[in-house]
Amino acid sequence: MSDDGAGDDGDAGSDGGDADGTGPTPTPVSDAGYDEWLDALAAGEGYALVCPDGHGSLPPRRICPDCGSDALSREPLAETGRVETFSVVHVPSPRFADDAPYVTAVVDLGPVRATGVLRGVEPEGDAVEVGLSVTAGVEERATDGEPLVAFRPDDGE
Amino acid sequence: MTDARVAGVGLTRFGSHADRAGRDLFATAAERAFEDAGVPREDVEELNYGNFMGALAEHQGHQAPLMAEAAGVRCPATRYESACASAGVAVREAVRTVAAGDADVVLAGGMERMTNLPTAEVTEGLAMAADDLFEVRSGVTFPGAYALMATAYFEAYGGERRDLAHVASKNHANALPNEYAQYRREVSVDEAMDAPPVAEPLHLYDACPITDGASALVVVSAEYAAEHDVDAPVAVAGTGQGTDRMALGDREHLARTPAADDAAEAAYAAAGVGPDDVDVAEVHDCFTIAEVLATESLGLFEVGEGVSAAREGITTADGDLPVNLSGGLKAKGHPVGATGGSQIAELTRLLRGDHPNSEHVPDAEVGVAHNAGGTVASAVVHVLEVAE
Repeated sequence: MSDDGAGDDGDAGSDGGDADGTGPTPTPVSDAGYDEWLDALAAGEGYALVCPDGHGSLPPRRICPDCGSDALSREPLAETGRVETFSVVHVPSPRFADDAPYVTAVVDLGPVRATGVLRGVEPEGDAVEVGLSVTAGVEERATDGEPLVAFRPDDGE
Repeated sequence: MTDARVAGVGLTRFGSHADRAGRDLFATAAERAFEDAGVPREDVEELNYGNFMGALAEHQGHQAPLMAEAAGVRCPATRYESACASAGVAVREAVRTVAAGDADVVLAGGMERMTNLPTAEVTEGLAMAADDLFEVRSGVTFPGAYALMATAYFEAYGGERRDLAHVASKNHANALPNEYAQYRREVSVDEAMDAPPVAEPLHLYDACPITDGASALVVVSAEYAAEHDVDAPVAVAGTGQGTDRMALGDREHLARTPAADDAAEAAYAAAGVGPDDVDVAEVHDCFTIAEVLATESLGLFEVGEGVSAAREGITTADGDLPVNLSGGLKAKGHPVGATGGSQIAELTRLLRGDHPNSEHVPDAEVGVAHNAGGTVASAVVHVLEVAE
């Protein structure tokens, strides 16, 4: 990432707050780069890492997985995204036991796609369609309150 | 490059062996493989062993030495992990080792123990094959990931649930005479259609079961076989492997599996054959849609046309190109770390003529095996040929 500074060989993309385990941990394991990205998405400032050729990826990254460029810069995600595919999940993993049934979706957000839970729709196959316009944010998992990437239908506001 | 031959194959019955330790399952498969091969254990120079979630299922890491003990071999032993393609990559390395002349006899295969865990824990364990940060934390399960691919496929190319139900029904029918299969019972298309949803559009009979089992192969050089009078008529004529972005959402196309395209291209090139030469295929149908994607990546069908192959009777036992005559992962079962080895065991028997379904492919000379890991972020393809 461009703001990490040359020569940084360890604490990629982290503000250092949780890396030593002394700060409040949003998840059982902290993942520098990812946690920061999730916080930004929650604040409405979601971003992708984009190389000069326009390939987008999600952190933590040191090089572009498409072309190997190390000149990655933060680019904002699109304000609304398009549902590219989805599934209504009826049999969840334990971490989503109380969330099921729920809709999981892959959404095109401009420089990257993101995967998350689509809320604000009935969890039924015919209540959702590919092409639906949605916004992306962070909400709590019903099962244990942990943060997760969530989409909601774009109401145009 | 020397010719790698399958001298012997061994499987446990696939199904529930909830009270059997993994080492015991692999010992059974290895014993059967040695018996089938007529090769003495002391000739084995390497063990390549596949396993995915043994640390979770049995609190057992470092499984390769344990499995060498269980199989009664004393040689360099390595565990390969590539999710559901673990045994596929283990076999591939055995073939490469023999083909390179580094060993004359390699024992390869895998084992997975799953039914001793509650279903929820198996679901979580299998999800470990996806990207934890960007998929699993976002609610993606293993069936859910393939459901995302199925929705994308229907959207891009057409097809419907009933097409997939025909895949399930076909593979269940194929498993009927297979003594190693977990589910030897027919499932009608209507029964599959009416089953409860797991991750829409996939329902219960679109999904493979939870399975315990092990597979083992004795891979030898053609020179060794000739020298020791070992009957090994089936050659591994080509092997290929491909890798893709881990997360489905990062792929160029959500309804294709280019890692398998790459693996197939390499395997066909090495064997000097093409998709038109294939007489029979064993493919990784962990979900019905996965069989469709596999047959398209193998070039057996054009992209977008594989979905109707079972419904049209092309890939059924009596069709022009039978796919998953073993019953596939779908009905034979899917002990994930053993599956890649079992596919080659089944294909070897189909080509040798001693499989209960060999009668459907009496003149088959070329078979292809396709083994996938995760949502096909890993893929391994092998081309088998009747060499003599």
